[in-house]
Amino acid sequence: MTVDEPCQDLAGLFGTPPGAGELAALGERLAVRADDEGLLDVAYRTLDTPVGPLLLAATATGLVRVAYEREGVEAVLGTLAARVSPRILRAPRRLDAAVRELEEYFARRRTRFELPLDLRLSAGFRRSVLAYLPGIGYGTTASYQAVAAAVHHPGAARAVGTACATNPLPIVVPCHRVVRSDGRVGAYLGGPEVKHRLLDLEADR
Amino acid sequence: MSDKLPFSEVVSRHGATVLLVCRAVVGPVDADDAWSETFVSALRAYPALPAGANVEAWLVTIAHRKAIDLLRKARRSATPMADVPAAPTRRTDDPSVVDLRRLLARLPERQRLAVVYHYVGGLPYAEVAAAMGGSPDAARRAAADGIARLRKAESITARGETARAREGRS
Repeated sequence: MTVDEPCQDLAGLFGTPPGAGELAALGERLAVRADDEGLLDVAYRTLDTPVGPLLLAATATGLVRVAYEREGVEAVLGTLAARVSPRILRAPRRLDAAVRELEEYFARRRTRFELPLDLRLSAGFRRSVLAYLPGIGYGTTASYQAVAAAVHHPGAARAVGTACATNPLPIVVPCHRVVRSDGRVGAYLGGPEVKHRLLDLEADR
Repeated sequence: MSDKLPFSEVVSRHGATVLLVCRAVVGPVDADDAWSETFVSALRAYPALPAGANVEAWLVTIAHRKAIDLLRKARRSATPMADVPAAPTRRTDDPSVVDLRRLLARLPERQRLAVVYHYVGGLPYAEVAAAMGGSPDAARRAAADGIARLRKAESITARGETARAREGRS
């Protein structure tokens, strides 16, 4: 909004604009208090990893979203606002368990994730595919076709591909272990090079 | 389905304005508390805010209520606002800012609030009136009277300084 009338000279004098550090400190306090008062429906933070910065978001139920940088922070938060709740704040505390497990995973000290998950962003067939994926063991792969057969829809390899491409919890729900039956790794929502890196990381252990 | 911005975005877009409003109403010491109360309250009500609402005006209105609560509490317990010195904080070493804050603090409450909500918060007079009570015209008059007093006081201060400067040279 603009200051319209003849007082622009005064408006600037009402106070120097607050500094970024000051506002960040206020924002942190707000996030803690919102969480304590049960007003924080979605908490998020970012985490630097060997496959680039990840955005992590959690509801009170559990981890609800892991997103790669290429998905765009604004777009991811916008979708969370629309599909979960607009009560979203940067609030690292709720993501402590996710950060710990992901750091252990990238350090090759963890082969399965044990933190609580919130799968509400996925439904129907896609959700049953995601529920199956943790059954594909660390360091192994399965073809789209094999996964389709395992969830009792043997003709649905393409739909399994879609389920993987829309996985709201990549890495933690290991869609990177689903590959093409001709041996190529296939598409990945973090980019094929990231899929290669994750499979290499698990193979080296 | 809602097309609302994530609340984190609301905080980053409007946090600075709300803090300026809080400082101007309750002074630098209590401004952080007023800011926190404002955003906690806003977060609670945010899902019910109609899509397309003027979010900044809504926030300034909440900040008004929270700041008034704090002022009342402060008055009950101790010093009236006008006696609270507009102490220079870390970032306000510009003497004109400090002077203006002190002048602002001395305005009658309705004038001070109308000036702050309109010129700092950017609220149109209809919204200023909705926040403070009274008609938009009354809000406009209060702001105009407040600005007139500030200008007068400021020029007196400026003349005073010029006079002092002259004495200093002679």
